[in-house]
Amino acid sequence: MQLRHLELVDVRSYDRASLDLPVGATVLVGPNAQGKTNLLEAVQRVATGGSHRVAGDGPLVRVGEEVGLIRCELETDVGRRRRVEVEIGTGRRTRTRVDGQDVRRAAEAIGVLRAVLFAPEDLTIVRGDPGDRRRFLDELLSQRRPAFAAARADYDRALRQRNQLLKRSRHLSGSASEAAAVTIAAWTEQLVTLGSQLLAARIAAVRTLAGPVDRCYRDLADRPETVGVRYRSSAGQVVDELLEEADQGPVPAVAPLAQALAGAYQEVAGEERARGVTLVGPHRDEVELTIGALPAKGYASHGEAWSLALALKLATFDVLAEVGDRPVVLLDDVFAELDTTRRDRLAAACERFDQVLVTAAVEADVPLSGHRIDVRLVDGVTRLEPRTRELPS
Amino acid sequence: MYEGAVQDLIDELGRLPGVGPKSAQRIAFHLLQIDGPDAQRLADAITRVKDTIRFCARCWNVSEAEECRICQDPRRDPAVLCVVEEPRDVLAIERTREYRGRYHVLGGAISPIDGVGPEELHIRELLARVGEEPVEELIIATNPNVEGEATASYLSRLLTHHDVRVTRLASGLPVGGDLDYADEVTLGRAFVGRRELGA
Ligand SMILES: [Zn+2]
Repeated sequence: MQLRHLELVDVRSYDRASLDLPVGATVLVGPNAQGKTNLLEAVQRVATGGSHRVAGDGPLVRVGEEVGLIRCELETDVGRRRRVEVEIGTGRRTRTRVDGQDVRRAAEAIGVLRAVLFAPEDLTIVRGDPGDRRRFLDELLSQRRPAFAAARADYDRALRQRNQLLKRSRHLSGSASEAAAVTIAAWTEQLVTLGSQLLAARIAAVRTLAGPVDRCYRDLADRPETVGVRYRSSAGQVVDELLEEADQGPVPAVAPLAQALAGAYQEVAGEERARGVTLVGPHRDEVELTIGALPAKGYASHGEAWSLALALKLATFDVLAEVGDRPVVLLDDVFAELDTTRRDRLAAACERFDQVLVTAAVEADVPLSGHRIDVRLVDGVTRLEPRTRELPS
Repeated sequence: MYEGAVQDLIDELGRLPGVGPKSAQRIAFHLLQIDGPDAQRLADAITRVKDTIRFCARCWNVSEAEECRICQDPRRDPAVLCVVEEPRDVLAIERTREYRGRYHVLGGAISPIDGVGPEELHIRELLARVGEEPVEELIIATNPNVEGEATASYLSRLLTHHDVRVTRLASGLPVGGDLDYADEVTLGRAFVGRRELGA
């Protein structure tokens, strides 16, 4: 997929910008805080429905304005021209149009433009909480198949409902407690149904990621150590054992996962009633990352952590490209964090992507040939100045 | 804040579903400008509906009499009950013309966040009907969202010991959507392809 044209109106530091983008690499060059990241953020917002920096659309609208507009024109791998327009507001609801038609639910526009963004914040995938790793997987899956985002939202909703019910019925006894148990069971069934779907999708994603992550890491790192990606279910041994056994196919069957989850809920039922909170399910799971024999979290050096985070993101390219279009790759401020060897390796890895947008404060940090755009803040507004194409060397 | 009557009107309008504070203000000032007879017609319509419309004593659908027209219709099959959340769902299903049984309106779905448990819904009345009427099949047509699904699951658990077949409308309905918004064709198809619940 290629992002051919990008238009921003009242988005972050942009009042009005219009930009044609070629295939291959485009490097946005300029000192910090000029608006380079804002541009990638806008593309990411159209691709995934959210920003990698903030929750909600409010901060994306230029200060003093009520509405901002991001318009993307793209060409799919089979040559189809498509258009996505997202109107973001500070207060009111967003309006999203795909190919000139309003969409009923904003989620329908997710994944029309496919992009993989790597930003310094992504270091948390390696260094952060289990929640950061779950979010990484879920965002990937939502972009791969919009139905996942819907199932994930339903699971969150069912979880909130069940937690509320557990909390309220904590001090009940006798027949009131028995009556509550029937209602709790109805909600458990929802968590099992939705949760097993999430589980199957996440496990499939981890299985598909494992190979490419290992390969991408070896391409980047100094020492060719093996990288491991494993899914650890909070439903405990039962599910993990199931995973070992059924390791043949890429996508595990949902039914045995549902059975294992249901069994796990039965096991913790008493504790859940006592504590008033849901203790098992995809919201408590962990994605375990290892480098060599050691867990990446806590043991990886700065360079290793960066390489692994980057490898995870570059590998998502393969998971997405497996079904549908090859995504556009966005690299925000990455090269400056790497040493010269890793910079060269990353530049080499970029060659297999159709289109890469890169931001950098220092041009010399990016050993990529391609298009250059100067990004400057003038009177509080970002100006984009594409350089005339350099002659091929 | 506005004075007395105007603010009262804004407050009342703001309590309506789907009406935010800004819309409430806009509607209130619109009402201030309309002619006397127009305002009277609106007020009368509200009063008349409150005076003459009530809930059917048998199925909790809206009704002008003690029992609604569907419950009184001898051509409707008493062996089949379709369980829905709201009276508007009855309307949506009636429009498909696929269904010839009777209804039971729960008055909502189980939602702990909103403080709605089984006791807040007409579930006790449903169990009574299953005991007293010649019901052979219950079609659960609660909304295809998590609350609707949980309510369906709760009902099927409750009815396991009763001698009645419990089915659920087949999906194919928009995910997370209200039954109300399902187009008639999909809803008609859902009836034909309903699936067995529980067991
Ligand atoms: Zn009735």
